[in-house]
Amino acid sequence: MSAIAGVDAASTGPLDFGASVRVVRIGGLSLRFRVRALLVSIALVVAAVGTALAALCLGEFVLTVPEVLSAFAGTQSGIVETVVLEWRAPRVLGALLFGAALGVSGAIFQSLTRNPLASPDIIGLSSGSYAGALVVIILIGGGTFMIAGGAIVGGLVAAGLGYVLAYRDGIQGFRLVVVGIAISAMLGALSTYLILRARLEIAMTAAVWGAGSLSRVGWTELALSAVVIAVALAAVAVLAPAMRQLELGDDAARALGIRPEPVRLSLVVAGVALTAVVTAFAGPITFIALAAPQIARRLTRSPGTALVPAALLGALVLLLSDIVAQHLLPQPLPVGIVTIVVGGAYLTWLLVREARRRP
Amino acid sequence: MTAPAAVVVDGPPRRMRRRRAVGLVCAVVVLLVASLLSVLVGSKPLVPTDVAHALFAPTGGDIDRIVWELRLPRTLAALVVGVALGVAGALIQAFTRNPLGDPGILGVNAGASLGVAVGVALFGTRMPTQHLGFAFLGALLATLVVLFVGAIGRSADPIRLTLAGVAVGAVLAGITTAMTLLDPSTFNQMRGWEAGTFVERGLDVILPAVPFIVGGLAIALFCAGSLNMLGLGDDLASALGAHVGRTRVLTVAAITLLAGAATAIAGPIAFVGLMVPHVARWIVGPDQRWIIPYSIVLAPILLLVSDVIGRVILWPGEVPVGVVTAFVGAPVLIWLVRRRKASGL
Amino acid sequence: MNDTSRLHAEDITIGYDRRVISRNLTVEIPDGAFTVIVGPNACGKSTLLRALSRLLTPAEGRVVLDGRAISSYRAKEVARVLGLLPQSSLAPDGITVVDLVSRGRHPHQSMIRQWSPADEDAVRTAMDATGVGELSGRMVDELSGGQRQRVWVAMALAQQTPLLLLDEPTTFLDIAHQIELMELFTDLHEQGRTIVAVLHDLNQAARYGTHLIAMKDGSVVAQGAPADIVTAELVEEVFGLPCVVVPDPVTGTPSVAPIGRVREGHRSARGVR
Repeated sequence: MSAIAGVDAASTGPLDFGASVRVVRIGGLSLRFRVRALLVSIALVVAAVGTALAALCLGEFVLTVPEVLSAFAGTQSGIVETVVLEWRAPRVLGALLFGAALGVSGAIFQSLTRNPLASPDIIGLSSGSYAGALVVIILIGGGTFMIAGGAIVGGLVAAGLGYVLAYRDGIQGFRLVVVGIAISAMLGALSTYLILRARLEIAMTAAVWGAGSLSRVGWTELALSAVVIAVALAAVAVLAPAMRQLELGDDAARALGIRPEPVRLSLVVAGVALTAVVTAFAGPITFIALAAPQIARRLTRSPGTALVPAALLGALVLLLSDIVAQHLLPQPLPVGIVTIVVGGAYLTWLLVREARRRP
Repeated sequence: MTAPAAVVVDGPPRRMRRRRAVGLVCAVVVLLVASLLSVLVGSKPLVPTDVAHALFAPTGGDIDRIVWELRLPRTLAALVVGVALGVAGALIQAFTRNPLGDPGILGVNAGASLGVAVGVALFGTRMPTQHLGFAFLGALLATLVVLFVGAIGRSADPIRLTLAGVAVGAVLAGITTAMTLLDPSTFNQMRGWEAGTFVERGLDVILPAVPFIVGGLAIALFCAGSLNMLGLGDDLASALGAHVGRTRVLTVAAITLLAGAATAIAGPIAFVGLMVPHVARWIVGPDQRWIIPYSIVLAPILLLVSDVIGRVILWPGEVPVGVVTAFVGAPVLIWLVRRRKASGL
Repeated sequence: MNDTSRLHAEDITIGYDRRVISRNLTVEIPDGAFTVIVGPNACGKSTLLRALSRLLTPAEGRVVLDGRAISSYRAKEVARVLGLLPQSSLAPDGITVVDLVSRGRHPHQSMIRQWSPADEDAVRTAMDATGVGELSGRMVDELSGGQRQRVWVAMALAQQTPLLLLDEPTTFLDIAHQIELMELFTDLHEQGRTIVAVLHDLNQAARYGTHLIAMKDGSVVAQGAPADIVTAELVEEVFGLPCVVVPDPVTGTPSVAPIGRVREGHRSARGVR
């Protein structure tokens, strides 16, 4: 395969990385990346932009791309401007941002637990958020921001409880999963009971929220969540090399100069924050966190976790799902239903394909 | 993995066998007590003399009606469902070599729910007797799909089967949710179903399911010995003379029958199948020939106690048993996993 | 051998959960020596190595590196001085050999210094030294146990540390590769590195080590040059194995020949005990 090309290619013959790798050196600083991952990421960005434009055009008022673009440029006014800037843009941007946050969150948990099936739900986060939101919707009767608050509190309490209960001289993956199952079951039972007892209309509203929907995402919600997501993503970017080393096992990671527990805790906090803020404003959206990192890994053929492609893919998938949920079904449904059906189908297809390949 | 205790030619020493038998008898006594409690406790509390009269000298009065039409049926339902779920859980855990195995992971719950939703939305069914057939059919079909996805090529690799259960279950759950969100009356019916309950589950609901449960039990007891060997790993099991493939197929059939029938009767009830075999294993060790009988007795105890708690905790209102089992089971599960040695199989 | 030692354990008490393995243990790792720790199973040799490499924190006492407690350094600082080959590590799915070896350069890298020429050299040298150069682009999961072990050794080598700790580095290897690795460690030793290895094979320990530490039940029973301490009495004391110690026909170092059971026929013990 192709060799390393550096600005100052030293030494005796190329290092075979088994795939194209490029190194860029400026002075004493250097940057190394895999070509395929870069190309995939660029392709995903292009796809995301294209899909976003399409999403902005679709709807009851079908617009053309020039109209949409001019709305952003500020040269349109009236109904087009309202439709694009006030209704559709925040939702489309929300889909991209939330999808990216979920993709990264899933990548973190899959890396930490070394389990391709891990997702933030394993520590009871989504069931906690749902229960918290239900409490607000059914028992208190609050509006969007109270629901968001309830979801965050519920999710964090559940995740925190899960972490604390699973902690015994450090976190063991298995124990975390079991505690997560237990907490999710309790919260799920609570949610079922609340839904059962509520008045029908309220229960249905709650269930719609519980299915995961982007319809309540406006500019304020977007701005608030963007701040949290930006901070969390920055933290993840800094911790990314350490996260990769942790994949080698605690001993090897320590041998290479990482302190496993603080790094793990920070990553868990970042992952939880990413999922919690998305769940707060959009309800529990399943499978993006699970599937996006897996698809990203397969596309880029990289070992371990590929964070940037996971984020981009999560954004793209959530946006596509929202388009399907809004426009391509006989009746508009919450986006969460599309993600769970498509996600489950994708996983099924993967399993069938893997079985066929290995007789 | 802890080494299995009893896969030796001679079997365990007589003292241990006697201890286990005594334990089983004690459990049966507890079961009888729990059953009695289940008949006594409720929105109208009864006393044992009331029950005795109703059983042996019925006069057709209110109390007799309560005993015969409300308490006894739900107690019976708890017994039948408990037996089925307990054994299904033991089988799943032995089969997947995963101490977290719950009968629902093969798609049983998702399939049953979708079946009921289809019945309600498309055929307008309302009664538990009507739901029975749809639920059982849905559970069967779902399990078949999961089996197909998880087991093509190789003979039912447990990990892939679990993954397949998650995947197929998710798809089915999504479709079910879509159906409920599109129609308020469907939603209303389904939210009652999702909680898992023994209310209104009379003989007309229980009896049709009993043959399937009996069949599943028979298969389970037949396979118990081979399942022990499967716990050692396929290679070793074959070397010891177990029919690996055949045992796997039979076990899955038993799980489907038991879990499907149980869910069809009462709706999705979590945790019983997960916890009871664990507790049984804790008492008797990793011997399926004892775990299964213990599960048969312990699971109904858990369900009866949960059902009674459900009647008491918000008295005179009621909390569905499916909700209570989660709150009873989850802390026990957490405690179990926090012990220094998390038990394997 | 110098009297100074960069790495030593002062009066440490180490164990797992509530089980104490060693109490008040003081061990010095001589600079520039090839130290080998030997002993029966569960004698505490791996535990000692883990404590020396700061994987395990002593309940009492401290491990000292270059005059300071090892826990007082920043993690990356220690990683630049002390290299470790742990007993069990996990290779991420789909990682190539060269990627894994490159992970060993982590202590020398940062966000903006991701791949310097020094990194490249170190990786290449390490791969050549362990003979995994031709496997460079292959997936680690596809390699045999022996090949994989050599890749992990290469990763530890790529760290380029003056001290190198090895926890049973020759498991899974056939004898040819075992000897190859031991010879490699000897090369590194002769280049000036301090090596500490836990080995199961007593004969290899005696042959390649310059300083032996024999442990039993958590304490050091004997330490010194192999020629000085490896005797039949020591082996019987530490391992409970009756044996005869003869000079290795190739190197002259002590070689242990177990006596085994007296049997009739062609396998009778000849004139011993």
